[in-house]
Amino acid sequence: MRDFDYIRPATIPDAIAAAAEPGSAYLAGGTNLLDLMKGGITSPERIVDISRLPELNRIERLDYGGLRIGALVRNADLAHDSAFASTYPAVAEALLSGASAQLRNAATVGGNLLQRTRCSYFYDTASACNRREPGAGCDALGGENRLHAVLGWSDACIATHPSDFCVPLVALDAVVEIEGKKGRRHVTLEEFHRLPGETPQRENALEPGDLIVAVRLPAEAASFSANARYLKVRERTSYAFAVVSAAAALVVDGGKIRAARLALGGVAAKPWRARSAEAVLLGADANEASFASAADAALADASPSGDNAFKIELARRIVVRVLMSALSGTPERLPALPASPFSNIPGVRHDA
Amino acid sequence: MTLELSLNQQPAHARQGSSIGQPLTRRDGFLKVTGAARYAADNHPPGMLYAVLAVSSIARGRVAALDVEAAKAHHGVVEVMTPKNRPALAADPDAKDHPFMFRLDLLQNDQVRYPNQSIAVVIAETLEAATEGAALLSPRYESLPARVGLDGAESFVPRGVGIGSPAVHHKGDVEVGLKSAKTRIEATYETPAQYHNAMEPHAIVVAWDGDRLSIDTPSQGLAMAQGRIAGLFGIAPENIHIRSPFLGGGFGSKGMISGPQVLGILAARLVGRPVKLVLRREQMYGPVGHRAPTRQTLRMGMDGEGRLTAIDHHARTASSTFDDFFEPAADASHTLYASPAIATSHDAVRLDTGTPLFMRAPGEATGSIALESAIDEAAHACGMDPLEFRLRNYAEVEPMTGKPFSSKALRECYRQAAETFGWASRPLQPRLMRDADGFLTGWGMGTATFPAIMFQAEAHAVLRADGSGLMETGAQDMGQGAWTAFAQIAADGLGLDIDRVEFRAGSSDLPNAGIAGGSGHTATAGMAIHNAGAAVIARLADLATGNEASPLFGAGNEGVLARGGRLYRRDDESRGESYAEILTRAGLTEIEGHGKGAPDPASQETYAKHAHGAVFAEVKVDPDFGQIRVTRLVGAFAAGRVINPRLVRSQYYGGMIWGISFALHEEAITDRRSGRIQNANLAEYHVPVNADVPSVEALLVHEDDPYVNALGIKGVGEIGITGTAGAVANAVWHATGVRPRRFPIRIEDLLG
Ligand SMILES: Cc1cc2nc3c(=O)[nH]c(=O)nc-3n(C[C@H](O)[C@H](O)[C@H](O)COP(=O)(O)OP(=O)(O)OC[C@H]3O[C@@H](n4cnc5c(N)ncnc54)[C@H](O)[C@@H]3O)c2cc1C
Ligand code: SF4
Repeated sequence: MRDFDYIRPATIPDAIAAAAEPGSAYLAGGTNLLDLMKGGITSPERIVDISRLPELNRIERLDYGGLRIGALVRNADLAHDSAFASTYPAVAEALLSGASAQLRNAATVGGNLLQRTRCSYFYDTASACNRREPGAGCDALGGENRLHAVLGWSDACIATHPSDFCVPLVALDAVVEIEGKKGRRHVTLEEFHRLPGETPQRENALEPGDLIVAVRLPAEAASFSANARYLKVRERTSYAFAVVSAAAALVVDGGKIRAARLALGGVAAKPWRARSAEAVLLGADANEASFASAADAALADASPSGDNAFKIELARRIVVRVLMSALSGTPERLPALPASPFSNIPGVRHDA
Repeated sequence: MTLELSLNQQPAHARQGSSIGQPLTRRDGFLKVTGAARYAADNHPPGMLYAVLAVSSIARGRVAALDVEAAKAHHGVVEVMTPKNRPALAADPDAKDHPFMFRLDLLQNDQVRYPNQSIAVVIAETLEAATEGAALLSPRYESLPARVGLDGAESFVPRGVGIGSPAVHHKGDVEVGLKSAKTRIEATYETPAQYHNAMEPHAIVVAWDGDRLSIDTPSQGLAMAQGRIAGLFGIAPENIHIRSPFLGGGFGSKGMISGPQVLGILAARLVGRPVKLVLRREQMYGPVGHRAPTRQTLRMGMDGEGRLTAIDHHARTASSTFDDFFEPAADASHTLYASPAIATSHDAVRLDTGTPLFMRAPGEATGSIALESAIDEAAHACGMDPLEFRLRNYAEVEPMTGKPFSSKALRECYRQAAETFGWASRPLQPRLMRDADGFLTGWGMGTATFPAIMFQAEAHAVLRADGSGLMETGAQDMGQGAWTAFAQIAADGLGLDIDRVEFRAGSSDLPNAGIAGGSGHTATAGMAIHNAGAAVIARLADLATGNEASPLFGAGNEGVLARGGRLYRRDDESRGESYAEILTRAGLTEIEGHGKGAPDPASQETYAKHAHGAVFAEVKVDPDFGQIRVTRLVGAFAAGRVINPRLVRSQYYGGMIWGISFALHEEAITDRRSGRIQNANLAEYHVPVNADVPSVEALLVHEDDPYVNALGIKGVGEIGITGTAGAVANAVWHATGVRPRRFPIRIEDLLG
């Protein structure tokens, strides 16, 4: 392993000052960064360990009804915070469907947003990858790409963003709170991650040295708690990234949809907010026919980037199902197999 | 004085067992759960350096340049071993004196013949320095196009498959059989390359002392490893001491010493200090073997009653460009179903991969999933229940050879497993069952089988004047529980309670226990232990029955019984005395005996010897998404004498879970252009997790086999995969109506 400097700042300003040097990387839970370093995919010269900054470890309820989640709150702690899970059930479910218990204990909120793609060519340093090495080319094109993007991809990069957590977050209008050299700013999660275009190496809105300090959920996000679900199709029952996933949140009144949120995971380089589908849903009858129209709208622009056409049809079906699940109501308890089709029905037994 | 008794003897002096058959917990369990068990890589001899492999990223070509200077300049790096300075060997690593000698990549030249082949070794004071040194080598290659996939090169018929089985077999005329059939099926199935992925990576800690070698490394075959190393280095085998008390899994990949392990020995020789070399996970995808991919076509014909008239099973497989191992997949059709005509054949291509090797149920697993799928298709074509169809074609003698079975309780396996599972209420047609939550539900079955193989083994037994015993054999515990099962056999062999027996294994300075593979370790080393026990008891009995002062004097003709540390007259159990008394009177501190285990050639000629089983699976499939879950597995197995039901059950569980893995999860995804494996890690190379196995049950069916060996042991290590993989595939068909023809079954195969 390449030698690097290790710095453990005591305060946020110290952290930002330390990370402003080129070649720096923040270390949070390390579950992604350390793997990347061991594989030689990234080789930071300076590690700024933020994992012990106390002020980033809090979940705070805001005056106007919103929530502020510190960037270092562990994925498991957030999901198991009962007030959080009952207010934002789809987010808790998404968190618990990710990785394994050990990884969730270590992984942080900020790190989850910033985890890199799982594109195998990105990890394989002998392959060409524009994201790893701008201008090198993209070996995923024409390669083993059945799990790659079907929305928002470009010829420069067809990778997906792998996070589960981000999918309901983007549906609920989450905002990323960033502190940098020029002070604090807020970027919506929808705008935070970028599509590849010609510059896949530019993955998000962060500038060098920028620190994510928190993720905020606006007051309105709590209004969906009775009808919010996350659904994740994967290639084993647990401990696998999504083939395709979706988060849905509804407000239904008198059989009509008064508010709708929909986002997809595993389909694009960013958590994919399906606004055109939301427009179809708004004011529509809350039934399967409306959901099917919404699914068509959500995938209208989809196209295969390789051997992955099946993901488009799969995504359509997942959209319909997750909306049906949201309509039938948030289960009282989180299912034992969170977000799995096999515990989609409330109260279904883990071993059923 | 030592006594050596003949193989598989039934001694006049009987020992009465009480340990065999007991569900004892693992003797090494406590060490393992507390972390006290010392695995190879846990050893740190003084002065030890760390060696790290640099491996090729191309599949084919040559290494044109390595920046050795840059690596050596990195602080902490002590030496870089390349073809230029690699110490000389006494034998050519590309020599192949016999089929079990596999060619090794030991930096003999600059050629690259597969991705992840070793191209240099960096040796440093720390693991980190060695790792960085390896990265700094920045190899430059001249590469040639990689040959990838089962159509990636010209095919040929190999001279032999598996362990020297002819590539082509037949009995009767399958074309005639097919022509005469009322119903026929033909189907092609593909299975992917799979990697053993033992939890413990291949690791070696080496210290040279002159021309003596001290080695800690996991090995499924200590004596073979010792012999191979001796040959490569031109030193006497007895100068090589290998310790392998625990293996963190092997599954065949630790059967033979691998190239990287030998490179560790070479590295230690080069630097003149002890060295540790541990493979990284991704480095296990190349030089330590794998299960080759297959494409299998089965044709079957059936008469009006659903009796098979012909089975034709062809398998295409792949080996490396430089060595021979051909997955004997089609041979699976030799032993299970009766048919007047059976033909099996293989062909192969040579690809730019590491050489495939034995991987848990080599040939049996790949062949079984295709055969059991085809049998299911055949049953359906005949409008028959799959169990009824299998019973209709039940083989009373081994189909290919006509030999009688030494024992075969398969009917009882079918009966018990079907009853426990509730098979009788299964609808014949697919896609008819839904559960209350709307999931497609399917039931499938498969027949399991694995040959009862024995190798050669030796054991050494001692009885001491304090009444305790010692049993020694260089057996290998891969996690399967050998420490416990062998101690049980030893206790009965010595007529002692198990706490009075010291059992030593896992070291090459003990008698050769053969290989822990082929599901033959318990039978082979177990028989050696049994016979060593018999030898020392016979010696003890002679001491007693020949001495007037003994209450057993003159009992020689009647025989004596050994039990609980005492000998008794067979005809009068009130007369007996303790081992301690006998030895003390004789003025001996201890006596010893030797025993061997080996197959009996006569019964080998006469009988077909196989373990059998039946596996039933229930799957649920999401009708819209095609996501699959195996909700229930019930297997019943008959494999002769059960030494320890707890350990045996856990072997069956492990095998059955591997069957799920085979059907639904495992696959090395190879880039079709570079030949590099894209998922060489445990996050993306999927095996089942707990949530994938909500319910698994293994029933032990009683089976006495007087012919396999005196203990009646067959083998349980591999059979669980066979049958299960097909049962899962057949259940998926029954749930969905879609016949899986490519494994692992993927979501897109079921989306419809
Ligand atoms: C085997 C495996 C399976 C997984 N499965 C899933 C899954 O199913 N679903 C899923 O969603 N995820 C999955 N993950 C990913 C996991 O969720 C992420 O690795 C984790 O969330 C990253 O968080 P961390 O705190 O460990 O980040 P780190 O590894 O510490 O950091 C990740 C990146 O973020 C940067 N960073 C971290 N915190 C900040 C901050 N506050 N401000 C600025 N930059 C920061 C780091 O510099 C680094 O570049 C899996 C991971 C593994 C290894
Ligand atoms: S898809 Fe993107 S991440 Fe993958 S190889 Fe291409 S450029 Fe790199």
